[in-house]
Amino acid sequence: MSTIQFVLDGKTITAPAGQTILKAAEAAGVYIPRLCAYKDLVPHGSCRVCSVRVNGRIQAACVQTVTNGSVVECDTEELREFRRNVLDMLFVEGNHYCMFCEKSGLCELQALAYRFGITAPNYSLLNPDRDIDMSHPDVYLDHNRCILCGRCVRVSQDLDQKNVFQFVNRGHRKRLQVNGEALSATDLRVTDAVVASCPVGALMRKRVGYAVPVGERPFDAQPIGAAVEAGEGGAA
Amino acid sequence: MKSAIATGVEDVCRRFGNDRTRMMDIVIAVQRRYGCVSVNSMEVIARACGTQRVEVESVVTFYAFLSVKPQGRVVIRLCNDIVDWMKGYAAVADAMAKELGVTMGETTADGAITLTHTPCIGMSDQAPAALVNDVVVTQLTPERARAVVRDLRRHLDPQQLVTMVGDGVNSHPLVRSMVRNNIRLRGPVHFAPFEPGSALRRALARGPQAVVQEIKDSRLRGRGGAGFPAGVKWEMARNAPGPRRWVMCNADEGEPGTFKDRVLLTECAHQMVEGMTIAGHAIGSDSGVIYLRGEYRYLLAYLESVLEQRRAQGLLGRGILGTPGFDFDIRVQLGAGAYICGEETALISSCEGLRGDPKNRPPFPVQEGYLGGPTVVNNVESFCCASRILVEGAAWFAAMGSARTAGTKVLSIAGDCRKPGVYEVPFGITPRALLEMAEADNPGAMLIGGPCRQMIGPERFDGRICYDDLATGGAIIVFNRARNHLEIAEHYLDFFIEESCGHCTPCRVGLILLKKAVHKVVSGAGEPADLRAMRELSRFISQTSRCGLGQAAPNPVLGALDGFNALSSSLVAERKPGLLSTFDLASAVVDAELRVGRQSQYV
Repeated sequence: MSTIQFVLDGKTITAPAGQTILKAAEAAGVYIPRLCAYKDLVPHGSCRVCSVRVNGRIQAACVQTVTNGSVVECDTEELREFRRNVLDMLFVEGNHYCMFCEKSGLCELQALAYRFGITAPNYSLLNPDRDIDMSHPDVYLDHNRCILCGRCVRVSQDLDQKNVFQFVNRGHRKRLQVNGEALSATDLRVTDAVVASCPVGALMRKRVGYAVPVGERPFDAQPIGAAVEAGEGGAA
Repeated sequence: MKSAIATGVEDVCRRFGNDRTRMMDIVIAVQRRYGCVSVNSMEVIARACGTQRVEVESVVTFYAFLSVKPQGRVVIRLCNDIVDWMKGYAAVADAMAKELGVTMGETTADGAITLTHTPCIGMSDQAPAALVNDVVVTQLTPERARAVVRDLRRHLDPQQLVTMVGDGVNSHPLVRSMVRNNIRLRGPVHFAPFEPGSALRRALARGPQAVVQEIKDSRLRGRGGAGFPAGVKWEMARNAPGPRRWVMCNADEGEPGTFKDRVLLTECAHQMVEGMTIAGHAIGSDSGVIYLRGEYRYLLAYLESVLEQRRAQGLLGRGILGTPGFDFDIRVQLGAGAYICGEETALISSCEGLRGDPKNRPPFPVQEGYLGGPTVVNNVESFCCASRILVEGAAWFAAMGSARTAGTKVLSIAGDCRKPGVYEVPFGITPRALLEMAEADNPGAMLIGGPCRQMIGPERFDGRICYDDLATGGAIIVFNRARNHLEIAEHYLDFFIEESCGHCTPCRVGLILLKKAVHKVVSGAGEPADLRAMRELSRFISQTSRCGLGQAAPNPVLGALDGFNALSSSLVAERKPGLLSTFDLASAVVDAELRVGRQSQYV
């Protein structure tokens, strides 16, 4: 396979042609923050946390492929601010209460907020009226915390070979829907890969919450992206 | 036992080959027949087409003209575009609601008539207008609105509302619409006589490669607004690998204030279809799709008849004009009320039977488009231009217009002017000349290209309409000096918020936050920091959104802030210290005030 070279924040990186900027950076030990990108799923390009400047134009690093000689900026003050804006918007769009959410310490939205020094949202809260689906024996779906990243939609289809989730409505009314009256009416199983794919506390296993004490949770030990930066790769 | 509806829905699915890529046709047909696509119907469709109910639901809930819950036998959709507001929408809506005894969005108790609103239906030159099922009613007044309701109550047959038909093809038996063309200036590209087949014969005589070259030499740029060189697009699709190539005509003009494609579809259908056929010949495609916005369904039967006529004349179908191996046919794909489907990748998604979500690029449609094949998507007007270029030659076309933008442009002019309508003008014309032609009434500002483009004030009325200065897809809206530009911006934000697909965060959430900020200023509670916050938020949304909708949506706000500072600054004042600038105390305590039954003393 042919390789190309591009410059990321001043660092020259060699990568296989056709690879996304996000993956190429990751392979070179540079962490580009992201939320909707997940493992090897088809990129969604929806959260825009991974926005970078490619030859001056803003692109989503999870979608855009590397091109020879291109200059990519990622860690600039402007882009850090844009990422803070995106994270802020995701916080105020839903109902996120970190202090008693059982995903705390394992939540990628929260971990990114810490990484970017967000302690309180800059925008006014939208306080939407959303429901919780507790119908399934082993899994629950809390729409209050859903950030519409589409991981579950894609994992259910591509990894579990099912079709449990999809988006309905459009614009600000867009929401996650399950294939049936409620989660219990779907063929979702607790062993499905989709259950572990949610970056926030929307899709959760029942009866395993708060098992790890505060201080010992994954993002208590090291910030999100640290594994990539340590050259270990593979982290969400 | 299977219900009659289930059997009927299965029939519909069968009619479209139980093909899930034809989902739009299936759900539109079910909606028409049963007044909704119910949960049960979605189950039946999913089974018949080998998909899941949630996938069908995802499509149905995306489009404004489809509904899961039953609607009235007659649905009145009042156009609530800003031009309709300027022409008396509020009084018309009020008259209609009172006559029906319902509020906006409701159905009469007998289930007969639903009253709702919809964004621009392409009738800004004859506003206020409404869709009554497929039937367009124009130039409404409160009296006419009440008469429409009374007539409908009697016969529930929208077609009977048409007592007088419009000019030209509007009076064709397959159209029979009261819509008027309002062609005010006829130019040489679109409104000169066109002999069906004349352009195609020349194309066939010259061969595909030469046709691509001719279009490139003409310097034709896409007329939808983005202005991509058409010849280059055709060449890229022609050279892209793929078993099957496609030609798509974007007849989904949804930009508020645009109606020029309505007139071209009505009066230049042959020229447009011929342009598509020429494109098919040029890129090596055997199939085309016309994506017709649901609002223009009243033109569907006529367009089908044009296609049928051309098949009979050997201008469409197999072995076109006796040329062995040149097969090309076209189907019409109806939309169902979604502005975003005018974006070319969203249009392709919709044609594939999906939600009208734009796709990630790359790959671009010319590489991998409809059903994965290289696809040329061009605007109605672009295809009309292509036909004329083949007849008159590239040099003839390139000689018209401005230095770097060749040809003519069909403009829809509406708003505060005495002669709203369609004008075919050479590129390079000044806004001032347009204002004079349209007999504008004390003009204070113009939208050049609808809200997705730019608002200009008098200091730019001597600019040039062309891709190097004032680019436009064709929507020119005139505002008189009394109009409040920030209010206009807020109206358009409401439009973009409703029409966003909701995929990416900046557009889905950012526009709501921007609207809140604009509203705070419009309502007189603004402070200088709000103006800065609006600018920053606008910049963020336009830079980071995935597609053109989010990238363009803040433009009206930026325009209002840029050109009209004096007006905005009279609405803002420094607030008490200690309050977060984005915090709107008045709206935050509304709920509490309601509960305790008195006004807060701190607001």
